[in-house]
Amino acid sequence: MIKAILIFNNHGKPRLSKFYEHYSEDTEQQIIRETFHLVSKRDENVCNFLEGGILIGGSDNKLIYRHYATLYFVFCVDSSESELGILDLIQVFVETLDKCFENVCELDLIFHVDKVHNILGEMVMGGMVLETNMNEIITQVDSQNKMEKSEYPVTAQGFIPRASCSKLAGLMLKEPLLSVSYVWPSVIPVTFEQLSSHIYIN
Amino acid sequence: MALKIVKGSIDRMFDKNLQDLVRGIRNHKEDEAKYISTCIDEIKSELKQDNIAVKANAVCKLTYLQMLGYDVSWAAFNIVEVMSSSKFTFKRIGYLAASQCFHEGTDVIMLTTNQIRKDLSSPNQYDTGVALTGLSCFVTPDLARDLANDIMTLMSHTKPYIRKKAVLIMYKVFLKYPESLRPAFPRLKEKLEDPDPGVQSAAVNVICELARRNPKNYLSLAPLFFKLMTSSTNNWVLIKIIKLFGALTPLEPRLGKKLIEPLTNLIHSTSAMSLLYECVNTVIAVLISLSSGMPNHSASIQLCVQKLRILIEDSDQNLKYLGLLAMSKILKTHPKSVQSHKDLILQCLDDKDESIRLRALDLLYGMVSKKNLMEIVKKLMLHVDKAEGTTYRDELLTKIIDICSQSNYQYITNFEWYISILVELTRLEGTRHGHLIASQMLDVAIRVKAIRGFAVAQMATLLDNAHLLTGNTQRNGICEVLYAAAWICGEFSEHLEDPKQTLEAMLRPKVATLPGHIQAVYVQNAAKLFATVLRNQEGAPEAAQETSQLMIERLPLFVQSANLEVQERASCILQLVKYIQKLQQKDVEVAEEVTALFAGELNPVAPKAQKKVPIPDGLDLDAWINEPPSESESEDEKPKAVFAREEPKHTRTRHTEVDEKELAKRREARKQEQANNPFYIKASPSSQKVYQDAPGVEHIPVVQIDLSVPLKVPGLPLSDQYVKMEEERRQKDNDKKKKEKKRKRDKRGRGKHADSGPESEEDITPAQQVDIMTEEMPENALPSDDDDKDPNDPHKALDIDLDKPLADSEQLVARTHRSAEVLKSPGGDGDGETITPEPKKKTRKDKKEKKKVKDKERTRSAEDKKNKKKHKHDPEEEEAKIEEAITLVNAEEAQPAAAADLDFWLTTDAAPSSAQEAVAATIPEVPIEAEPSEVKEAEPEEMKSKHKKKKPKKEKEEMEREKKKKKKRHHHHRSDREETESVQNGTMEEEEEEPLPPMSNYCLLAENDYIKMIKQEKDKVYDIQGNLQDGSQVVVSIIFQNKSSSVLKSMEFNVLDSLNSKLERPEGATPHDALTVPFQLPPDVSNEARFVFAVQSIVMPQKLKGTLTFIVKSDDSATHEKLDFKLHFTCTSYLITTPCYSDAYAKLLESGDLKSSSLKLEGVTMPFHHSLARICFHHHFSVVERVDSCASMYSRSIQGHHVCLLVKTADETVSIDAKCDELMLLENVLDEIKQTFSQS
Repeated sequence: MIKAILIFNNHGKPRLSKFYEHYSEDTEQQIIRETFHLVSKRDENVCNFLEGGILIGGSDNKLIYRHYATLYFVFCVDSSESELGILDLIQVFVETLDKCFENVCELDLIFHVDKVHNILGEMVMGGMVLETNMNEIITQVDSQNKMEKSEYPVTAQGFIPRASCSKLAGLMLKEPLLSVSYVWPSVIPVTFEQLSSHIYIN
Repeated sequence: MALKIVKGSIDRMFDKNLQDLVRGIRNHKEDEAKYISTCIDEIKSELKQDNIAVKANAVCKLTYLQMLGYDVSWAAFNIVEVMSSSKFTFKRIGYLAASQCFHEGTDVIMLTTNQIRKDLSSPNQYDTGVALTGLSCFVTPDLARDLANDIMTLMSHTKPYIRKKAVLIMYKVFLKYPESLRPAFPRLKEKLEDPDPGVQSAAVNVICELARRNPKNYLSLAPLFFKLMTSSTNNWVLIKIIKLFGALTPLEPRLGKKLIEPLTNLIHSTSAMSLLYECVNTVIAVLISLSSGMPNHSASIQLCVQKLRILIEDSDQNLKYLGLLAMSKILKTHPKSVQSHKDLILQCLDDKDESIRLRALDLLYGMVSKKNLMEIVKKLMLHVDKAEGTTYRDELLTKIIDICSQSNYQYITNFEWYISILVELTRLEGTRHGHLIASQMLDVAIRVKAIRGFAVAQMATLLDNAHLLTGNTQRNGICEVLYAAAWICGEFSEHLEDPKQTLEAMLRPKVATLPGHIQAVYVQNAAKLFATVLRNQEGAPEAAQETSQLMIERLPLFVQSANLEVQERASCILQLVKYIQKLQQKDVEVAEEVTALFAGELNPVAPKAQKKVPIPDGLDLDAWINEPPSESESEDEKPKAVFAREEPKHTRTRHTEVDEKELAKRREARKQEQANNPFYIKASPSSQKVYQDAPGVEHIPVVQIDLSVPLKVPGLPLSDQYVKMEEERRQKDNDKKKKEKKRKRDKRGRGKHADSGPESEEDITPAQQVDIMTEEMPENALPSDDDDKDPNDPHKALDIDLDKPLADSEQLVARTHRSAEVLKSPGGDGDGETITPEPKKKTRKDKKEKKKVKDKERTRSAEDKKNKKKHKHDPEEEEAKIEEAITLVNAEEAQPAAAADLDFWLTTDAAPSSAQEAVAATIPEVPIEAEPSEVKEAEPEEMKSKHKKKKPKKEKEEMEREKKKKKKRHHHHRSDREETESVQNGTMEEEEEEPLPPMSNYCLLAENDYIKMIKQEKDKVYDIQGNLQDGSQVVVSIIFQNKSSSVLKSMEFNVLDSLNSKLERPEGATPHDALTVPFQLPPDVSNEARFVFAVQSIVMPQKLKGTLTFIVKSDDSATHEKLDFKLHFTCTSYLITTPCYSDAYAKLLESGDLKSSSLKLEGVTMPFHHSLARICFHHHFSVVERVDSCASMYSRSIQGHHVCLLVKTADETVSIDAKCDELMLLENVLDEIKQTFSQS
């Protein structure tokens, strides 16, 4: 079972939190902080597993994470999940986001957390892996978006293309939003060829 | 109205959407909280508007704020409103918000039931999908109960998208509403073979999750999973299945044996690291579960270790980490194979990644041996010096201590070395583990008598250098070691070289800065030292008076201590010393009397000893000792009770007059008991070797330290010198041994080339003659009753036996759903009974379980609901009472039936694929009891007749041989549990008896080139009430196994009815019509079908001739084939195991209505309880009472005949006196019993 999925940036700002067990809002924030604390102090080239924090079940649970540019993707899972499988699931998740948002970056996640939730909902349900095939996920997400558009064209702007992302960033130039530069690095730092050595499932 | 809408949409244009909110928050970095609170106010007003779009927008923003930690539960009702919008766009927003912030305590959840039900049945698949996704996050027991049925319907939805979601959410439903598990399970199982891989994967997921918590209930699915494992190519699914097998193998070692081969193949063939890793893990689990040797055991381990080495050597840190993790699992059972990779593990200690270092440390723990302990610890000590972070250093410290102290110091050959390691560790500053070092020091000093001299010397040095330690006492946990040092020096002060100096060290003013509990130990042990010093100074009164003076001068410092304990001890001792001084001034010799104060030795007591003291017979700790005081009295009595509590007189006073002989006898008895007591910590093997028969503690030889070696080697830390010494010593030992060997060899002349390879573990003799004293346990210590499962674990409620047939009351509320494969059972009127696939059988056990679960789960639900429920169950409960006797048995027997399926699968070990077996859909089962032995006997003739026509002789012979083999296997692999169960329903004594031989209830019915029919004796599930009037029904289960490589289809089963027994056919069919078997058989697949027979008279055994016709379809042709068989209904198959109480039994015998008969069996060599078990198992009797070699047994026929047996045994003869109200039945049963015994 997956107990929680957390995405936060290099400073611990939550970008998405999905808990599959109920915690109070305060506890949730504490868990995010604790997890950030555990994960952020690790070097880049160390293994991606660590024992869960005290708040989220302690050593029964594992934190499995990947770090992409400015964001940490952390899955908290119990012993029934394959560690390497989850690492690949994170990869599938990020690649799916990349396809849906066209070169996803942190900004996409900041402004469209609801859409990220919808994508995640097609992959993981109630803490269990629902679908791992990226094309299937994208098909389902796309047709739901189409439906939304036909129903209500005003709110459903779909995904803001990357160009408008940087435009948004530009509008907010007055105040630095993130400590990182305004040239948004792509969330996926390396090419897929390089990544393939880190794909464990196939 | 129209205006309002227009106005609303204009408003909305100015409303903030989510993006605006995010942007706004980012623009208000300084006053974020204030900004958000104004936003929340806006949201609140937006929520008040009628426009659903505005509301949805507000809810969307709330979801974001929830992520930032704001409580939005106040908007729960608005969320429900948005959820119920007809537009998908808003619905999705609503469900997302609900999934993020609803939980069991959210009260508006109960308003959602109908909305969710509507969405679930929406024609739009995404409405359904969104509802399922949302529900998976906030499902409550009430929702689960109300929607279980709807979700179950969705499991068979036409769209795989919905199916997979519905399957997955069932797990959550089971968790919240455990009663739904049994009715939903058959369908869930079906989904394992869904054509859509996503659905299949979801089903695997759910079942794996269920099975992980209660594996034993899912053992029967092993064949199905096995098939999936060998056929699936989806690595996600494979990983889950392989993980599941890892959980199942500990319960069924035979499963492991079956798994090894396919897993090994996967390990060799897969390129996916994740799959490889899980395979290795499961192979390890298998190897752990197979305690006894398998021929290719070591090959599998080698393969695993070799693959793991590859992982560990990989540059990918993740693989390295997991490799180490799996290695530690192998280590537990096969330390030798891991130990050869010590170099690799030690290398990992240098890794930059802390988690990898920690894993490597874990591994080292299991890798130490006597030979390498010193070397490994030396390496670790180097790391301690290098380690920077205190966490890792502390971890190292605890690991060093763990490694050394494991298994009762098994690997320590030189305790001096260990003490010096501990002393070296005290140099660590800022560690939190001072107390750990201290407790080790104490433990070693107390339990290893031989080391005390050395330990005391070291501790004295520590005390002397105490100023080093007390630098920052409060923060520095290391000062805890002074606690140990002071106590050891005091308690074993006779070993001190210069006690006076140590005494002075302990009374230094600086000691007052130590924590209170340490000071207290200082004071107390100063007194002990004082006594020793006085003793040493006997005959030198001046020196003695000087010592007293020292005490009197220093102690007042402690008398002033703020710590109560220190103060109290100090003032006591101060007064004592003053008194001693007075005596000394009068020239009285006091030394002896002062030492007497501290005479006697403290023995180590096992930590659990107190708990284990057995409560003597007749002592009720809860009973009042006196009459309970009345209200008025108690007020006066209370203060007395606190201060004047009388110690109960010790029983030991009685023992004082026990003579010497008695004592010796008791000692012997205690030794015996200790040997049998698993909690009695035995001396380590090494010390046992040295003192095999040491008669008592007094006679333990004391350490001989080789003082010819200088104790201090300059330039080396203390412990290192021991490593050197040890090496030299071993070298010497080896040389000596080699010489001896050589001499021997020379004597023998040119003998074999003896290899002088690395010294083995046994060759290492401890440097010191050490003794680990055992810890004391009370006599008659109670067995431990340790770990209990967490009673709050939600998964406990899911510990439900899925093999038991469903009861009516377990059906989910609302409509029920039939699975497609239900075999139409042609019983009588065709409705009611025959349509419900679940027999009307409600076991009593079951009900109890259910109630328990319900009580637990429903504590929150309102009282009236509960009452309603009770009402619903009432009629059934009454029914249950009537059927009590029968149902009791059923509960016990349902399990073996399922276990038998599995047994069969597990024992057919030919090609793995040929052993796959799918279990047929549930049908009303009233199965027949067939006596396997008899059918067996009849088979050969039948086979012959059949084969004469079809096969050359050779083939026929082969067949028979195979058949025999099969039978044998069945007889061998039956698990013992079942037999014991069947015996236990009587009054089996708890004396130690030999394990029962396995028994089986399978028999081969018929087979040919294409198909094999196996009749399975199903345990009776029988409804007396329905059938008493119009004869009886029995069900025969037959497993059809396809042996050919073609598909078998259009199978038709027909039996030539006799006057007495008829195959039940669908209404309207003539007695000659065949029944269609409701499935096809692909190659190498087997499946099970059940057939119902109506039987008139049961007093005679029956034989029915039958034929199975089928079409063999291969690629290019289709041929019609048939197979003849004979079905046997023995008389025992009409008996039902029914428990009977001895008084009822006596009444029955007295009634005089029974006719009697008897039987004598000669030459029965098996133990009596085996004979009983045989009768119980094969003939469905239960033991009423058993006294020594005589037992009364009872059974009842399906038509209500009582059968009573009195079984006696005397030297190899078993005589059975039997009574029954139907003589013919009785005679036949006895005949059958006789046959059973003649087969053995």
